[in-house]
Amino acid sequence: MTNGAIRAWYQVHKWTSLVCTVFLLMLCITGLPLIFHEEIDHLLEGEQTLTALPADTPMRSLDEALATALKAHPGEVPLFMSFDEDRPVVNVTTALSVTSPVEAMNFTSLDLRTAEIVAQGNFATDGVMDFILQLHIDMFLGLKGELFLGFMGLLFFTALVSGVVVYAPFMRRLNFGTVRAARPRLKWLDTHNLIGVVTLMWAVVVGLTGVINTLATPLTDYWRFTELADMIAPYEGQPVPTQMSSLNEAVLIAKAAAPGTRPQFVAFPGVRFSSNHHYAVWLKGATPATEQILTPALIDATNGTLTDIRKMPWYMLALRLSQPLHFGDYGGMPMKILWALLDIATIIMLSTGVWLWLAKRKSSTPRIAVTAQVKPAE
Amino acid sequence: MRLSRRLSLSEIFLVPLILFIATGVGLVTALLGAGLWDIISWVGLLAPVAVIVWAWNRRSHKH
Repeated sequence: MTNGAIRAWYQVHKWTSLVCTVFLLMLCITGLPLIFHEEIDHLLEGEQTLTALPADTPMRSLDEALATALKAHPGEVPLFMSFDEDRPVVNVTTALSVTSPVEAMNFTSLDLRTAEIVAQGNFATDGVMDFILQLHIDMFLGLKGELFLGFMGLLFFTALVSGVVVYAPFMRRLNFGTVRAARPRLKWLDTHNLIGVVTLMWAVVVGLTGVINTLATPLTDYWRFTELADMIAPYEGQPVPTQMSSLNEAVLIAKAAAPGTRPQFVAFPGVRFSSNHHYAVWLKGATPATEQILTPALIDATNGTLTDIRKMPWYMLALRLSQPLHFGDYGGMPMKILWALLDIATIIMLSTGVWLWLAKRKSSTPRIAVTAQVKPAE
Repeated sequence: MRLSRRLSLSEIFLVPLILFIATGVGLVTALLGAGLWDIISWVGLLAPVAVIVWAWNRRSHKH
């Protein structure tokens, strides 16, 4: 590469970094507690324990559990029923209307062996973890904030790529892993370069999956208006049925239509993830990868027959797979700890980057320290 | 500190490339299953963290 080309890449690195660094620092700092949100939530809310019952206790029907949940919330309609991963518990979400906002929804958790309530509450966002999560997702600015952070993620990606390009001329006469600690400037420059190049894959994956996650709302809407609309076209304009067929039967029919899957959640007629006329049973696979692959089965809620079952299109799969790869919650506690360490390394890289830029601006002999290192590569 | 000869691109990027692949393998394996898959994943993700600690511990105070 010529000197000119290196300087151009350096400018790209400098400007993309400068624009995105403040936001990336916010994302890394709020992201750190979010890695452990499950553990923190358990600490704050206390662990629920289920009544000890013989292992062969038969399960009550889903309809019975649903009836108990609805009795606890008179005047409300069911929106979703989700299935816990590691215990015989279902969670019913209810609200006054199928179009109620999330904050107005209530949930009831029921033990399927007894059809009794084990916990209930609402989705009002008031806790400190909710605050951190909202800041991380959209800075309380809704979809606009979300897409803006997605753009910052793209700038971060550009900064990483250009950073690797300028890494080569910096390292022409230095062995890998050299940290020259004699002068602060060199120490932080070497640390910045080292962290950047060794965490590259992790930062690229977490960065780009974060960008994909910012597109969750538009991608889901697109899927609803194309694929889902196509699946339910014959039922268009029909009202939400007042008498519904058995939920328990609907889930059994859906599972039979896709062997080897388990239900993740059921969307009731009228909500965003279903039609006015169907139970949408969302089935998932059994491994960490295939459990992200959701297959919706639409069961006619008036007569309990299967209307359609379809695989998700590629962009919905990309969206689903982007979630574990961004959150780092698919490899147990050791993975969470490594995720946190890599996050802290990234915070150090971002802050040393800003520090180097500020230090250079203050220095009376600007650029020399850097250009002395940058020798043209062949 | 400064070497008398110039390193080639492959010398500069050898270790970063190994770490890039190790991390990538680590990110994918935990998606495929639990048990051994998880352990491979932890080793892959530990590699970049360990290298940072190693490099920082042997930092040189000489010019």
